[in-house]
Amino acid sequence: MAQLTYREAVARGIAQEMARDENVVLLGEDVAKAGGVFKATVGLFEQFGPKRVLDTPISEQAILGAAMGAAMTGLRPIAEIMFADFLGVCYDYIANEFPKTRYMSNGQVSCPLVVRCGNGGGARFGAQHSQSVENWCMQFPGLKVVSPSSPVDVIGLLAAAVRDPDPVVFLEHKSLYAVKGEVPDGEILDTLGTARILRPGRDATILALGMMVPRSLQAAEALQAKYGISCEVIDVRSLVPLDTQCILGSVARTGRVFTVEENPRQLGWGSELVSIIADEAFYDLDGPAVRITTPNIPLPAADALEDLAIPSVDRIVGMIHRSLTA
Amino acid sequence: MTQKTRPSAGETAPEREISPEKRLEMYRLQVLLRQAEQRAYDLFLENKIKGTSHLSLGQEAVAAGTAAAMRPGDLSFCTYRGHAHTLARGVPVEKVLGELMGRDNGLMRGKGGSMHLTSVEHGVMGSYAIVGAHLPIACGAAWRAQYKGDSDVSVCFFGDGATNIGAFHEALNFAACRKLPVVFVCENNLYMEYTPITEVTAVTHPGADRASAYGLERIVIDGNDADVVYLTLSKAFARARAGEGPSLIECLTYRHSGHSRADPAKYRPPGELDRWKERDPVSIYRKRLEAEGVPGATLDAIEAQVRRVVDDATKACEAAPSTSEDILFTDVYADGGCSWRN
Repeated sequence: MAQLTYREAVARGIAQEMARDENVVLLGEDVAKAGGVFKATVGLFEQFGPKRVLDTPISEQAILGAAMGAAMTGLRPIAEIMFADFLGVCYDYIANEFPKTRYMSNGQVSCPLVVRCGNGGGARFGAQHSQSVENWCMQFPGLKVVSPSSPVDVIGLLAAAVRDPDPVVFLEHKSLYAVKGEVPDGEILDTLGTARILRPGRDATILALGMMVPRSLQAAEALQAKYGISCEVIDVRSLVPLDTQCILGSVARTGRVFTVEENPRQLGWGSELVSIIADEAFYDLDGPAVRITTPNIPLPAADALEDLAIPSVDRIVGMIHRSLTA
Repeated sequence: MTQKTRPSAGETAPEREISPEKRLEMYRLQVLLRQAEQRAYDLFLENKIKGTSHLSLGQEAVAAGTAAAMRPGDLSFCTYRGHAHTLARGVPVEKVLGELMGRDNGLMRGKGGSMHLTSVEHGVMGSYAIVGAHLPIACGAAWRAQYKGDSDVSVCFFGDGATNIGAFHEALNFAACRKLPVVFVCENNLYMEYTPITEVTAVTHPGADRASAYGLERIVIDGNDADVVYLTLSKAFARARAGEGPSLIECLTYRHSGHSRADPAKYRPPGELDRWKERDPVSIYRKRLEAEGVPGATLDAIEAQVRRVVDDATKACEAAPSTSEDILFTDVYADGGCSWRN
């Protein structure tokens, strides 16, 4: 057992997979000699060399296209798109190429690759380097979307993503990179499509992802301490595949559900989950399903404004308390 | 611009040293591509092919000359104008026409259609319908070959229009930097869809004039001469296999039909098509072979044999059932299905 930061966990997860399978290669801007702008790939170039850890030009289309061609022909590439916002300049691969090639070729072609991105806000980077883009990715049949909230999950889910035969977008949260957590020794392998109940509760279910997970856990503690409200906190972890059973099972027990989403409200991931709940668990609900989200605005840079935009512990506590006592 | 719309013999003239067997094979291939595309056109007119199609009529020499220079194991990355390149790698006509017709005997059983022909067993790694997207993808396949120490080369075909999209430049730079075994074949047929390429491009030769930006040789060839294509591509493949990196080859050619099924190509200046038909790749090749002593009967026999193949394929497709409904939900994910939740 060791204490690892989230960013160290990224490097350890990649190293674990590269040591296991010589077909695993890493490419991206500044990922090799510099160890990544978020220092999440430190040491990999030294351990695995320039043949397997590639610094690329600022060419996001070349990065994702090359990863796809390599994946189609036998490698298992991990491609880094530095800031998740930059998926906008290579969206063709996310939207049109990776997820459709298996279907269009009637199963002849596979695209087993991982796209890692620094996702989310809290770093005061402004509207083009702070977005939570999980909803940009989860709408395409054929693509998988994962977002871990703890160091141990980073390693296990990254390993699962690398070994998965389908393309996976792996969203690392920028504001969690410095967070530490307990990580067991030895190989760690998790399962895509599994949510995790991090805190059991009776009165309400909170569905959270990424940085909203620690905030939801803090909110649940405060709700318990201040108001005696018992919240079950679920780290959704994997949007595609989605662990609907875990979510619906929890809603059936608590009768209330809140999503806590960092993405802007319009068509955020919670809207799909709430739609599933409305469809399949309507009679389990004792009140409306409530989405706690970033409002429908571009993220501002100034700390005071950004903190107002992204759901805070206080906002989560306030909205859940009001909703349950209304 | 008028200069550019005149049939050109290209600027790079390689030496001629091709075996008689190879040349007969290139003739057979060009005849096959011509007849198969004409059949596809006819089937559209009969409404037996739906959707769209982008024919390579007039551009057969590029596909035939390149395929003849390739080895088994080399990989082709095509565009939505990909029927000819797919057939040239040996994919049966029946599979291609069946796919165009949405029949169960189609190459992908109707799930891809005209613009996405893929046959991994023949090295056809897909036809890509988002302009430029496949140039980086071909780089990735070449990167795998380099990484594994394999000798296969990836060939990426694209039109003149693709040279103005960002992915073209990203791919050229990436491939040149890493000396990847990839050959970029630009089929300059003078029009990006409906607009003359010269009207929207800062340089005269949209492919070749960009080569120097990536440290590559400037190569412009007569894309209507299969021998020239074959020899130029053979050199590029040898270079790629020797670890000397990518090549960018601009092939001057002309499409006899419009951009797609919907396009009657009325934007062409009067007489342009006729001038290019004088340099029709199939007929100039036949004339050359005859002039060099190949008996006309030999060439007639090739044409008749191809005619039988295309006729038989057409009959087989017309008799084949529509694509099976039970594949609607298959192969979205690797587990074979489309389920994204438990």
